[in-house]
Amino acid sequence: MTELSKSGAAVGEPTSSSPAPTSFLEVRDLKVHFPTDDGLVKSVDGLSFQLEKGKTLGIVGESGSGKSVTSLGIMGLHTAGQYGKRKAQISGEIWLDGTELLSADPDYVRKLRGREMAMIFQDPLSALHPYYTIGQQIVEAYRIHHDVDKKTAKRRAVEMLDRVGIPQPDKRVDSYPHEFSGGMRQRAMIAMSLVNNPELLIADEPTTALDVTVQAQILDLIRDLQKEFGSAVIVITHDLGVVAELADDILVMYGGRCVERGPAEKVFYEPRHPYTWGLLGSMPRLDREQQERLIPVKGSPPSLINIPSGCAFNPRCPYADLPKDNVTRTVRPELAEVGSRHWAACHLGTEQRERIWTEEIAPKL
Amino acid sequence: MLAYLIRRLFAAAVMLVVIIMVVFGIFFLVPKWAGVDIASSFVGKQADPASVEAVRQKLGLGDPIYAQVWEFFKGIFAGRTYSGGGDTIHCSAPCFGYSFRSEQAVWPVLTDRFPVTLGLALGAAVLWLVFGVAAGVLSALKRGTIWDRGAMVIALGGVSLPIYFTGMLSLAIFAFGLKWIDAQYVPLEESFGGWFGGMILPWITLAFLYAAMYARITRATMMEILGEDYIRTARAKGLKEQTVIGKHAMRSTMTPILTMLGMDLGALIGGAILTESTFNLPGLGRAVLDAIRNQDLPIIVGVTLITSLAVLVANLVVDILYAVIDPRVRLT
Amino acid sequence: MTTQRTSGRRKQAFAAVAAVAALLTTAACGGGGDDGDNGGSSTGAAGFDAANNKVAQASAAKKGGTLKFGGAQDADSWDTTRGYYGFMWNFARYYSRQLVTNKTEPGKAGAELAPDLATGLAKVTDDGKTYTYTLRDGVTWEDGKPITSKDVKYGIERVWAQDVLSGGPVYLKDVLDPKGEYKGPYKDTSPDKLGLKAIETPDDKTVVFKLPTANSDFEEMLGLISASPVRQDKDTKSKYGLHPFSSGPYKFQSYSPGKDLTLVRNTEWKQASDPIRKAYPDKITVQFFSDANQLDQRLLNGDLDLDINQTGMSPQGRTTALKQHKANLDNPVSGYIRYATFPQSVAPFNNAECRKAVIYGADHVSLQTARGGPVAGGDIGTNMLPPSVSGSEGQKYDPYEIAGANKSGNATKAKEALKACGKPNGFSTTIAVRNNKPVEVATAQSLQASLKKIGINAQIDQFDGSQTSGIIGSPENVKKKGYGIIIMGWGPDFPTVQGFGMPLWDSKYILESGNNNFSLIKDKTIDGLFDDYITTLDDAGKTKIATEINHKVMEGAYYLPFVFEKFINWRSDNLANVYTTDGYSGMYDFVNLGLKSAK
Repeated sequence: MTELSKSGAAVGEPTSSSPAPTSFLEVRDLKVHFPTDDGLVKSVDGLSFQLEKGKTLGIVGESGSGKSVTSLGIMGLHTAGQYGKRKAQISGEIWLDGTELLSADPDYVRKLRGREMAMIFQDPLSALHPYYTIGQQIVEAYRIHHDVDKKTAKRRAVEMLDRVGIPQPDKRVDSYPHEFSGGMRQRAMIAMSLVNNPELLIADEPTTALDVTVQAQILDLIRDLQKEFGSAVIVITHDLGVVAELADDILVMYGGRCVERGPAEKVFYEPRHPYTWGLLGSMPRLDREQQERLIPVKGSPPSLINIPSGCAFNPRCPYADLPKDNVTRTVRPELAEVGSRHWAACHLGTEQRERIWTEEIAPKL
Repeated sequence: MLAYLIRRLFAAAVMLVVIIMVVFGIFFLVPKWAGVDIASSFVGKQADPASVEAVRQKLGLGDPIYAQVWEFFKGIFAGRTYSGGGDTIHCSAPCFGYSFRSEQAVWPVLTDRFPVTLGLALGAAVLWLVFGVAAGVLSALKRGTIWDRGAMVIALGGVSLPIYFTGMLSLAIFAFGLKWIDAQYVPLEESFGGWFGGMILPWITLAFLYAAMYARITRATMMEILGEDYIRTARAKGLKEQTVIGKHAMRSTMTPILTMLGMDLGALIGGAILTESTFNLPGLGRAVLDAIRNQDLPIIVGVTLITSLAVLVANLVVDILYAVIDPRVRLT
Repeated sequence: MTTQRTSGRRKQAFAAVAAVAALLTTAACGGGGDDGDNGGSSTGAAGFDAANNKVAQASAAKKGGTLKFGGAQDADSWDTTRGYYGFMWNFARYYSRQLVTNKTEPGKAGAELAPDLATGLAKVTDDGKTYTYTLRDGVTWEDGKPITSKDVKYGIERVWAQDVLSGGPVYLKDVLDPKGEYKGPYKDTSPDKLGLKAIETPDDKTVVFKLPTANSDFEEMLGLISASPVRQDKDTKSKYGLHPFSSGPYKFQSYSPGKDLTLVRNTEWKQASDPIRKAYPDKITVQFFSDANQLDQRLLNGDLDLDINQTGMSPQGRTTALKQHKANLDNPVSGYIRYATFPQSVAPFNNAECRKAVIYGADHVSLQTARGGPVAGGDIGTNMLPPSVSGSEGQKYDPYEIAGANKSGNATKAKEALKACGKPNGFSTTIAVRNNKPVEVATAQSLQASLKKIGINAQIDQFDGSQTSGIIGSPENVKKKGYGIIIMGWGPDFPTVQGFGMPLWDSKYILESGNNNFSLIKDKTIDGLFDDYITTLDDAGKTKIATEINHKVMEGAYYLPFVFEKFINWRSDNLANVYTTDGYSGMYDFVNLGLKSAK
């Protein structure tokens, strides 16, 4: 499975002076910008993180924060299928299993897609081709990377459908997506993603389109499968609840950048960024009383064309005026270590944040 | 699938009966209401009332309308005999009427003219599908570039320029000016080369108009489809881009194109009047044009029915193909 | 109904086409070094008007080749009994012979009769009531069998079968059997189906016509194509027109109505038996077009030799041809008069003064311009007898000074006439015009404009041109619709006052439908003159009466003539022995056309 990356023939020369990383996946200073008539949309503007095999990273943020763009960037789907004059501008480094993808030959990256790295999309109804059977689509995914006949591939498809818990897989393999329920479709989607035993699985809002009971089943499935396959998983969601069950690490994105990153338990129980507080406040929780209103983050996500100067979160931040010299509006805060493997980008003093969290925020949650 | 087919076939049959009745009504009742005597238009300028009456008898125009419709229906399956004045004309089944203007049964005229029109329509369709769809896909993939703009300007030209104009222009340049081709219709059974030579300008002229429309539709549809999630999924699987476009995107793009093709072919088979007239092709369109000029009602009725039939069949074929292409259709 | 997508834009289309017409036709005739008004040459065009009333390049005609006709309109029928179109009569001489036929000579002489199947013109006896013919030796059908007097009789009898063989002229029926006693050959009870009493066939070579009353134009009627012989065993009744059995030098090889027609040599025909026909080409083809412009393009391009319809080129082709190929054109008089007529059933046109007001008030030059000008339209019409009809005085007879002092309209005289009519302030009326003839619509608009100046407000009503006989042919409908002015045209069936004017002016011909006496002329003097004409046997007397009838019609102010029609006809460089004939209203005489080279 890894022979391609080890052969080195198709691997592009690293453009960065920094040495190849030791992590399975390492993203360094990733920038994804889209030129439009109105200006440059900086969807991702300098993002870095690492992920090891067998681990799960949750990327959390509002829509437009750049989390989906990041995942498509890793998959190389910004360059593939870009037509016309306006193309996405991507810079930085994405190292997967020792290979830098952005500088690699696009066809080499294509061959990695679906095999080394696979993706589960948000809405399985629109993400599956309506004119092909589930089986045909899984078979196709398998045969791109495996030189087997259709029969073998179909057996594999049935096996995968069975594995993701679809009843009567030998019959359902010939069904069309519209003949499946939402949950079944997502299971089929997962089966398709995992058919090649990818080492990296990206699940982009895997449960958003599903109803609550099914959501839990799907999350369980992803967790089980991860254990079984030992893959690295990135779960992208706007819902902290989803990652709470799955993720080892959590990365909170705002305005195309990371504002807080750390182990899940740290981010949940000792969050050190006001935006993370806001997200936690707006998270529906079973232990919270139904009547109690959620506390949404006030205001709306920033324009990615005119990202506010200083801290991008400052217009919505209730504590923006606390630091001196108006620094929140003039200087962009860098990620700073706030604990073991825990970083946050905020101008507030560390003690100040601890105090606000423990005294003002945590009691309300 | 079978139930779907039967239902569609049944609907088509009912539609055909309705069409026959409506066509009959229009062509035989309206002149009556307008006070126009069909019989007198069949006889000469000095005809006496007695011979007008005799012709009326022979044409069965004196019978009540339902009897005429019934006779017509019967004629389609059993043939029909017209007699009067010591002359008997047998019109064998399928009898779609008899033209007293040109003294021939309508059905042979239709079968004689139909292949010409079919050849024109199919040949042109092949051209416009190949070039229209290719240009549309290319435009969609190169959107915003000079290729896209150029193709769309040409397409706009194709859509806006009347066929009469492009036809005359192509004739003037290629047939009369450069004398590259002898733009004369030659029946296929006589010589393939001659037929091909005579058809090439009509094909191109007709295809130009339609290719332009198909290019525009293809471009718009392709651009829309390329934004679909399942296209992203296809790429995420690691498919080559040509497979993504050629298989996944094209299959979806073909759906509206197929619908259009069915309608257009159906309508064209009814007669591409302007093209046939401009290039003097003896097809159904010219037949109906001449029939209108000569007040040859039976031919007009016949061609109208054949046209309706062609549109019906085309729609039926499209419906069936639709079900083949789009599995979701079968349930509805 | 069965239009394609562009049909909605057809108007635009025609506008666009008109705009580039010049460009296209220029491109179409880039070649042709010897074109121009340079007179005759043995290989090129013969020159402008070179074949108008004279023979062009008679000696250049060679045997052989394919003569190619094109046409925008197929014949009404190729059945000799049923055809009524002038070009069909002209063309039918290729495959049918008559006892007598028009001379194959240019101009006026072409309207005279010469013996064809008969050895000579009729021996007329019994005060013009008996006509006797003897058939030539060696006249044969296409299967080699001789043409007999019985075949001639049977062919003529077919005219009686109007219920089956509708469409053709019925003069012979009206003259030979005015009471309608004979029911036609298909209902004939006599075993040989030759029950018509008025024609006797004492032997195979002799035909005797016995007229109940004399008719001075009877031989003209025998010169019509409807007097052609038909052999009984080859009579396919209503389908005969699809493949007439030939008695002439050519026979039908193939015919597809509205598509094409091909004639090939009838090998049984003998030159020695036929004093009329030269039979130059080996093959004659006719290709039909739906679009007159396409036909003109083919003519200009040299693909075709001439237009079988002979009704003049369309405006677009004509313009190009006049500029670049004038030597290929002739500008003959067509025999048609284009006019307006005034139904007397519609007030105030019951008053002659009101009719005169319109005649005086009209701008005749602008009407001529609307018809196409002096070349393509014709000379200003001053009276109602076409120049080709004997007794005609042409523009010399101009009682209302239409081509003279009043040619641009005379408001003073018109107002005087209005006063005399009791309508000093004018009146309102309706002009009826066929919608399918743009030129006629243009004349209606021109007339409307000039009438407005004298206080006559005319509405234009465009009626369905294909329904002419039912709309303006019904006096009742004309009265109901209030059509005070009807715009029409008329040409002679044969070039006499009877063949032209009788259906228009004789009160006997006022019909309930299919009427052509639109003005409803009931003038005892005119009726009497027609009766006199029919019984007058000498040509001088006939001519005098014809002139007199014309004068009476003009004095009655029933008509406002527009033009003595002329048109522009095309002849290819390759045509030889080509000339126009009054026998067929200024068309080229088809039957003796030859080709310079067998291409």
